[in-house]
Parts: sequence; structure tokens; C-alpha cells
Amino acid sequence: MSALPRAHELGLIGCHVCGLVCRDTPMDDAACPRCGSALHRRKTASYARTWALLIAGFLLYIPANVLPIMRTASLGDVDDNTIISGVMELWNKGSPDLAVIVFTASILVPMTKFFVLTTLLVSARRGSNWARPQRAKLYRLVEFIGYWSMLDVFVVALLTALVQFGIFSLVAPLPGVIFFGLTVVLTMLASMSFDPRLIWDGRTDDD
Amino acid sequence: MAGMSVPSPAIEQAPAPVPAPLLICEHCDTVYRRRPLACGETARCARCDAVLERHQRLGTNAMLALILTAMLVFVEANVWPIVTLGLNGEKVATTLWGMILAMWHEDAKVVSVLAAATLFFFPLAKMIGMGWLLLFARKGQRAPGFRSLMVGLHYLHPWTMSEVFVLGVLVSIVKAHLYFEISPDPGIFAYAALAVLITIFAGVDLRQLWETLPEHATTEPTE
Repeated sequence: MSALPRAHELGLIGCHVCGLVCRDTPMDDAACPRCGSALHRRKTASYARTWALLIAGFLLYIPANVLPIMRTASLGDVDDNTIISGVMELWNKGSPDLAVIVFTASILVPMTKFFVLTTLLVSARRGSNWARPQRAKLYRLVEFIGYWSMLDVFVVALLTALVQFGIFSLVAPLPGVIFFGLTVVLTMLASMSFDPRLIWDGRTDDD
Repeated sequence: MAGMSVPSPAIEQAPAPVPAPLLICEHCDTVYRRRPLACGETARCARCDAVLERHQRLGTNAMLALILTAMLVFVEANVWPIVTLGLNGEKVATTLWGMILAMWHEDAKVVSVLAAATLFFFPLAKMIGMGWLLLFARKGQRAPGFRSLMVGLHYLHPWTMSEVFVLGVLVSIVKAHLYFEISPDPGIFAYAALAVLITIFAGVDLRQLWETLPEHATTEPTE
């Protein structure tokens, strides 16, 4: 046995919800004696669920970027903004720092999530030994940054409520923002469905 | 699950808690013997470097005080307008609910529901839930509904987004600043305070209540 024993080597199982350490059991529908949640060694159908949610999120991310997210109209002059054109507007009109923040939240973070989760899914499935501690860190990064992508959705919502000056100036949400909001939720669900323990479940343990 | 076979003995036994003070890393399943942490200490997993456990600096009373403060600020954040825009002498102000309703009427109902959930209902539920648990924890008791509340709060944890909203307001102000006169209203300061408070009690690990409050207990208050 290695110096750092893992739960299944000791015949133990940890509740994913309350953290209680239990003796492992062959029962399929075992419940945690403390909190009543289902006990399982790994999150249920982690690969299938994560893939499904990730692919769904990615598919919605396409219209989220292609379709405009916000319409600004003033005195008959109508302007439809996509995510990227909103970033460019911020950049050009004198707040490059905020442009960087919005770019990070709306484009960099979702892309990072797609890329990292795909890498994790593929490498964990292959039982790869490659860079395990780093992959574990990447997973925690994705979990941490996930919900900040909601930024642009809130910006559109707030501007819609505020810019209501009749024919002088109006802001309205466009379908892109709905797709984007759903992308954020789906990618959050995807990263929650992925079980980071799978990273360490390879054919050979490296320590 | 690939590569996992469990020997099946003749008698199926229900899972039983292990009496030894053990701790399993949630990120890689490594088993540790638990030891008490000194003030300010954080236990990290030697295999994957995830945080195993933090020393809880705040006692039950301090946490309860924090929650009550957050509740007051939350009321202010929702009652007061967040920002006012001005154009040609005309002024428009909005509150959080003004924003949620505007999205509903503009046929972005999905966004409206997302905003209502992550900025109003979930943070509210979290504060009420934690407040309720801590109110009884002060007396060393498990609150009615303890078990389901603890499980519910566990799932609710990643879905409160007040801090993202604060940044969103900032970006909106800068964007609108190009075309309108703009003045931040008290609501945004309340939101900023709320974001800080929520960040503090995001670090509070309620799981300790499972241990400090034994089942069917009428013990002395635990600290």
C-alpha cells in the first residue's frame, strides 16, 4: 500500500455531501447514515454527464457569440451588439481595462472551461499519469472561475432596465444573451458533474 | 466505473460510519488521519493539494452576527435603487427587481429567471438557512430540518452570484457613462458590502456542524 492510501484501498467510502467516512458496502443504493444522500465511490455517470453538458454548452455558445446580445437604439439609429463588439466598444471608447475584464469573463473563461474539461475528460478516461497534480489544479480553477461568466448577462439586464428614454435612447436584450446565460449554466453543471477523483484513478499510481 | 470491482460478500451490509477520526480528500479520495488545526492553519492534501480543512476562526455567535448583518444589507440592496441614469434632464433609476422585471417584459424570461434565482432567491435562501441552523447551533442543538437544510445548502453553494453582479454594475456604469449622466445610488454600496460579506461566509465550512452537534442531543453549547 502506498504512503497515501486512497479510500477504496482501505475499504472506505466518503460521503460526497457531508464528508462522513464510512465502511464501503457492496450495496448499490446505499445512503449516507449521517445526511441521507446517496453514497457512491465516484459521481454517477461522470463521463457521460460531463460530456453531454459540455457539448450542449458548446453548441449554445455558438449562437451566443454569433447572434447579437443587446440592441441599442437612439433616435432611429439602431445598433446590435454581439459579445465581441461590446468588448471592442469598451476598448475603443476609453476603458481598455474593463474591456479586458469583460473579454476574460465572456470569452476567455468559457473557452478555458471547454478546453480544460475536454482535456480532463480525455486524459482521465485514458488513465493517463501525465501531470496529475497540475490537472487537479486546473479542475479547481475551472470550478472557481465558472460563474464569473455571468457578468455580461447582468450587464445587458441592467442596461435594459436603465436605458429607457423612449425615442431618445433604448436598450433591449436580444436572443444571444439567452444562449449565453444557458451556456454559463450548462458549463457550470458540466464542471460539477466531473469527478476530479477520476484524474487519480489511472492504471498505475505514481506514488 | 472502469477498474472498480468490489468483492460481494454473502451478506449485504449497510454502510456504517468509521469510528476513527479520518478525513477523505474530496478531490482525489486520499485518506488522512484527522488532527486538530491550530488557529489560521489549513490542511492540504499531499497528493492533489486541495484544501482538506481550514481552522474555523469564527465561532457560532460570530457567524450568526455575520449572517444577520448580511440580511440587513441584503434588504437595503434590494430596496434602494442601484444606479440612476440621466438624459436631457430625464432620470431613470432601477433596483434589482426592476431589472428582473424589465428582462421578463422584454421576452428574455430565461435571463430574468436566472437573475432572480442567483441574485435574489438563492442568496436569500442561503442566509435564512444558515441563520436558522446557527440560531440553534448556539444552544448546541440541531435545528428542525437540520439534515435536509445541510444537504440543501451544500447544493446551493455554487449558485449565488451577488459578487458577479457588483462587477456587472461597474461595467454597466462605464458603458452608460459614454452617453448618459450617471450617478451610483446607495443600492450599489449595499451590494458591494453584501459581496464582501458573502465572500466571508463562503469560507465558513458548515460541515463542522455535523460533528459539533450530535444527533438527538441536548448537550451544552459547543464552541
